[in-house]
Amino acid sequence: MARKLPATDVVVIGLGWTGSILANELTDAGLNVVAIERGPWRDTAADFPTTYAQDELRYHIRHDLFLRPAQETFTVRHNVGQAALPMRTWGSFMPPNGVGGGGVHWNAETWRFLPSDFQLRSHLTQRYGAAFLPEDMTIQDWGITYDDLEPYYDRFERLCGTSGRAGNINGQKQAGGNPFEGPRSRDYPTPPQKQPYGPVLFAQAAREMGYSPFPQPSGNLSQGYTNPLGVTIGPCTYCGYCEWFGCGNYSKASPQTTILPVLVRKPNFEARTLCEVIKINLDASGKRATGVTYVDTSGDEWEQPADLVLLCAFQLFNVRMLLLSGIGTPYDPQTGQGVIGRNYSYQVTSSVDAFWNEKNFNPFVASGAIGMCIDEFNGDNFDHGPHGFVGGGYMGAVQTNGRPILGTRVPPGTPTWGAAWKKAIAQNYLSSYGMATHGSCYSYRDVFLDLDPTYKDAHGRPLMRITFDFHQNELRMSQFLTDRVAEVTQKMGPQQIVKRPRTGHYDDTKYQTTHTCGGAIMGTDPKTSALNRYLQSWDVSNLFVTGATAFPQNAGYNPTGTVGALAFWAADAIRNQYMKNPGPLVQT
Amino acid sequence: MTSLSGVTRRSLLASTAALLIAPSASYGETVQGALPWQPDAARPPVQVRPGPWAYFTPEEGGAIEALVDRLIPGDDLSPGGKDTGCAVFIDRQLSSAYGQARGLYMRPPFQEGSPEQGPQSPQTPAQRYRLALAELDKHCKAAFAGKPFRDIPDDQKDKLISGMEKGGVQLGSVSARAFFELLLQNTTEGFFADPVYGGNRDMAAWKMVGFPGARYDYRDWVERHNERYPLPPVGISGRPGWIAQTKG
Repeated sequence: MARKLPATDVVVIGLGWTGSILANELTDAGLNVVAIERGPWRDTAADFPTTYAQDELRYHIRHDLFLRPAQETFTVRHNVGQAALPMRTWGSFMPPNGVGGGGVHWNAETWRFLPSDFQLRSHLTQRYGAAFLPEDMTIQDWGITYDDLEPYYDRFERLCGTSGRAGNINGQKQAGGNPFEGPRSRDYPTPPQKQPYGPVLFAQAAREMGYSPFPQPSGNLSQGYTNPLGVTIGPCTYCGYCEWFGCGNYSKASPQTTILPVLVRKPNFEARTLCEVIKINLDASGKRATGVTYVDTSGDEWEQPADLVLLCAFQLFNVRMLLLSGIGTPYDPQTGQGVIGRNYSYQVTSSVDAFWNEKNFNPFVASGAIGMCIDEFNGDNFDHGPHGFVGGGYMGAVQTNGRPILGTRVPPGTPTWGAAWKKAIAQNYLSSYGMATHGSCYSYRDVFLDLDPTYKDAHGRPLMRITFDFHQNELRMSQFLTDRVAEVTQKMGPQQIVKRPRTGHYDDTKYQTTHTCGGAIMGTDPKTSALNRYLQSWDVSNLFVTGATAFPQNAGYNPTGTVGALAFWAADAIRNQYMKNPGPLVQT
Repeated sequence: MTSLSGVTRRSLLASTAALLIAPSASYGETVQGALPWQPDAARPPVQVRPGPWAYFTPEEGGAIEALVDRLIPGDDLSPGGKDTGCAVFIDRQLSSAYGQARGLYMRPPFQEGSPEQGPQSPQTPAQRYRLALAELDKHCKAAFAGKPFRDIPDDQKDKLISGMEKGGVQLGSVSARAFFELLLQNTTEGFFADPVYGGNRDMAAWKMVGFPGARYDYRDWVERHNERYPLPPVGISGRPGWIAQTKG
């Protein structure tokens, strides 16, 4: 019943960060690209201009820029014994919608993962022995190395104009940068952002304790920057409306501020917005994608044939699209067989609140990613032998989201309302500060994604079901990281501190991060991965799947830097290998 | 990849035009050749004006005013919840998309789960307020000789709200605790949101905590550590004094 359109070379599903990068690279290579995006076009002037972008209620509390759960949501349960129930409103993460995707409303913390993160299982096994890892932990190597990815990290940072200070250039340690980072081929494109009071105090305390604090790498730019595509990004004004907001200043790296002005002018590119892809179509062999079927705003179905299909939606939507299209073998947690839905993971965050009597931190002077961090307790940067867990995270004073609906911090024991509550927020809004840890989340046999048997979306198709809970390894790690950042915080001299490690069950009502990962992971073996090292489907060789979907487990960093690097890596593989000889790029 | 077939936009449009039965607008939107920018395409918020209740009945509105005034009592730090417009804010929110749960996932089956699975009510926020306020009214009239919530003494109001929060008060079929949480959340939103939405009148809440509001450039202030930012707050619609006064 779908009406068939003329074929194109490439169809891109979802026009966010990775869809924009791949569309730009492949149109440069001469291919005709059609991008199909279910949300609307997003434009700075129309959707978040400086005249009203600074609206906490609309953008943060009422979720103006995110997908509407009525369109598609997820069901969640902690284990297979529990009934999964739908997220009726967003809570622990905020699925994007529209052109630019999560690139519109991210905080722009732009990290690289550690070299050991990419060879996690072999690295940890070599250092601690296989018995050190929990029996049900299913962490894997990625099938690529940090060195493979370094040029592509560099390309993403040049695209974004990332502001930061290098800690390691070609093996030479650089003062003031992160001494634990993998060697980078050159410094960041722009210098670090300015630092407010809290991060400066944190860095001072951390230095006194022998740590090496460094500025968090930021996609909110310290100065104007023109990227290699010729697109100019403005300097950040530290307005404080970053995460969950679009940037009215054109100073947060996003597809809008880095790629789209070039991409849409190309004659061999076309975007169709408000069109939702419902299926990737396969030929009779099931080994080749023939294109996609999508629904337009009036409910009509269209078939867009294409020689190459790029699945570039948000991580969770990518996995669901594979399941709904019957691509790859769904994961079975009983047998451990199957790959679609396998190795879902998340992020383990925690915080320490600190209260002073007399200080003034001006928490509203903020960007998405200013702050001073330490990396001594990330990944395998420290000896885990005595601690009984693996993984870690960065920690620091990151000044963001200091707005009053969200950001009123009060000492424990304060009533939640009434005169005493008012007095406490009036006293503590400017003089309290929150330190944060950003920890890894490793993958487990009983954590996975599949289709929900009960709940359906607006088209009557099954929702995706998330089976996830924190494991003891991650909760122990969170306690450890929180204790470490609390020690630094104590040294900053507050009157009172409150530790908030991650404890108990996964709570899908409380915002943590939108760093959902995995479910169709990359790797070296089709039995344990859905994608090869070039993000190419093992089952359908003319399908590539981008995003954090490919992460075998999550590291102790924000994922977008690695997501962007992988997109450039896959684009190069398509341009330099696949286009010359279409077919599997890795033989099994 | 010589086998890849090319297609131009012109040929695509020409061929799809023949296929289309519905007008081309039903095709979603096509972006090609230029950014689809249009002047005045922005969607600014609409200023809430005081006036009659948009959702509440007068009785409900009176109860909400009394509730928000106990949650945020007026004192030397700021005017209270009623005078800062929290009740008007909630009323206007309930009469718009938020109150009708527009955009939320409202498909059955509805069943209770663990607290970490989030609210599973089939009722919209507007319906939840209506039911809870009716139960509260019934409760107060039974306990306080026929008086509605707004007419009982402040210390009794506080005791009742505390009971809703901590579990000592039952409100018939409604979860008193869930209603308390919804009310407190919306009251806090109204107190701290931009005044354009009807609460935070005269930016009283922002002045109280020292939040400068909808300003958009602090480049000169990032490195001025431990200093109080000197300028008064401003909202999306400016602030009193910015707008030319019309003579009465």
